Amino acid sequence: MIIDKEKVKKIAHLARLEFNEDEEKNLIESMNKILGWMDKLNEVDTDNVEPLRHMSVEVNVLRDDQVKPSLGHKEALLNAPKKDSDYFRVPKVLE
Amino acid sequence: MSVYDKYQPVIGLEVHAQLLTNTKAFSWEASEYGALPNTNVTVVTLAHPGTLPKGNKKAVEFAIKMGVACGCTITRYNFFDRKNYFYPDLPKGYQITQDKTPICVGGTISIKTKDGLVKNIALNRIHMEEDAGKSMHLAEELDTLVDLNRAGTPLIEIVSEPDIRTSEEAYVFLSEIRKLVRYLEVCDGNMEEGSMRCDANISVMLKGAKEYGKKVEVKNMNSIRNVQRAIDYEIKRQIDLLEEGHSINSETRTFDASTGDTYSMRSKEDLNDYRYFPEPDLQPIVVSDEWLTSIKEKMPALPQELVKKFTETYGLPEYDALVLTEDKEIALYFDKICAQTNNFKAASNWMMGAVKSYLNELTLSINDFPLQPQQIAELIALVDSNSVSNSAAKDKIYPALIASPTKSAQKIAEELDLIQQSDTSALGRFVDEVLAKYPDKVAQYKGGKTGLLGLFMGEVMKLSGGKADPKITTELLKKQLDA
Repeated sequence: MIIDKEKVKKIAHLARLEFNEDEEKNLIESMNKILGWMDKLNEVDTDNVEPLRHMSVEVNVLRDDQVKPSLGHKEALLNAPKKDSDYFRVPKVLE
Repeated sequence: MSVYDKYQPVIGLEVHAQLLTNTKAFSWEASEYGALPNTNVTVVTLAHPGTLPKGNKKAVEFAIKMGVACGCTITRYNFFDRKNYFYPDLPKGYQITQDKTPICVGGTISIKTKDGLVKNIALNRIHMEEDAGKSMHLAEELDTLVDLNRAGTPLIEIVSEPDIRTSEEAYVFLSEIRKLVRYLEVCDGNMEEGSMRCDANISVMLKGAKEYGKKVEVKNMNSIRNVQRAIDYEIKRQIDLLEEGHSINSETRTFDASTGDTYSMRSKEDLNDYRYFPEPDLQPIVVSDEWLTSIKEKMPALPQELVKKFTETYGLPEYDALVLTEDKEIALYFDKICAQTNNFKAASNWMMGAVKSYLNELTLSINDFPLQPQQIAELIALVDSNSVSNSAAKDKIYPALIASPTKSAQKIAEELDLIQQSDTSALGRFVDEVLAKYPDKVAQYKGGKTGLLGLFMGEVMKLSGGKADPKITTELLKKQLDA
């Protein structure tokens, strides 16, 4: 895969990032470098190798369905940039 | 033939069911409907840095239960994936879901349409995931308001294959799913409150075509009936477009219940790229034979099993069995009556008639019904032993019993003086009296006018104050007259 202007724009949109043209050039360069390295890795034959999804071998790390105290309304809203007595407030989003 | 008959609609449904766990899918706070905004939240749900999710064992078991009930293959090695997108009601910026290893694969839901056709709708998968919070876009507000109580609520998503062909099939399919989740007690199945939600993928193609048409996804139907309406509308809209020479736009549309129309929400052209990847914060879930067996052992009777029992063991008509199993509690109550009577059809008649109409009238559930199954069985026994007439049992004893549910049916029948005269000697005296009173009619009867039996019967009834057992009275009359 080659990263071009279009791809960077798409990725930027998905990540909700904005940058100027210099930064964009920079990004194209470094992302292509990363993918180049990935291509190098792709040379390794991994056909019979399971992907490593987790760093530990533990399984079924589960919890019983018992309620424990929640954070509480005041604390929950404490760090919100904008709020009222009930809700988080965010710029209007409409689909 | 109308133009609409030229086309074959193809429908697949995605059903989200909120699981009835006490806590959330990956966090320990209460998962409940209707709490004050932003009170059921923790640092995990709010995605504070450095926090880690931890799976809810019961949510996994509920998902497996549903899979077992639908005949799915249970995936033994499960991991979770992240589905990435930005929306204010999704604090982490990704939804934890199962993309690669849905816990249930395959399976079917059997449906029966009005014309009696039985069809198996294949399931693609059932997977576990978490719900998002709730955004409110109020007209009078400049901001969007976000309530995160719902964020992290455990869900299962049931995905059908595109096997559904009519809106009626979709209606029955959803009704079956709702019945199942309620029987299993994994979800309350309340579409109005959003605890069960349905998205419909709809396309049309010319009959006999090999390739499906372009599909449109319709969301926001808050009842099973509205799913049916939205599908009907959408099928017509798509056919009209094609007939006018237009093509179908692959898009997501929303349903407006007030007009019955669907409106475009977003085009699939600016396709969401969810960039799924394995969730590293949650360890895999391995379903062992032992675990699966213990879940299977705890499975309640399913509607189809009860239908089988009611028709085969109790010999009920299929119609009765289907009505009685519509609601699990009703079915179990009925089953309890049947443990105490052998007149199963009478028990069914009581349930579908007097009991249901009482519940409907007061909009009560069977759990609030004042009578015990045993009391209904007693009523049946009173009628079967000819102690009381059927109408006395239904119209007099039953309401009196509901008014004083601590009494027995027998006691009420005695108090209301409804016990039928079945004492042959007493009835014999009435019979003699009546026959002596109408010698001319007796002669006519003997001459062939057997229809006069009803007159004698009525007279005996009058003398007995309406309490003569009709069967025994008839026998006595005939014995005398035909001698």
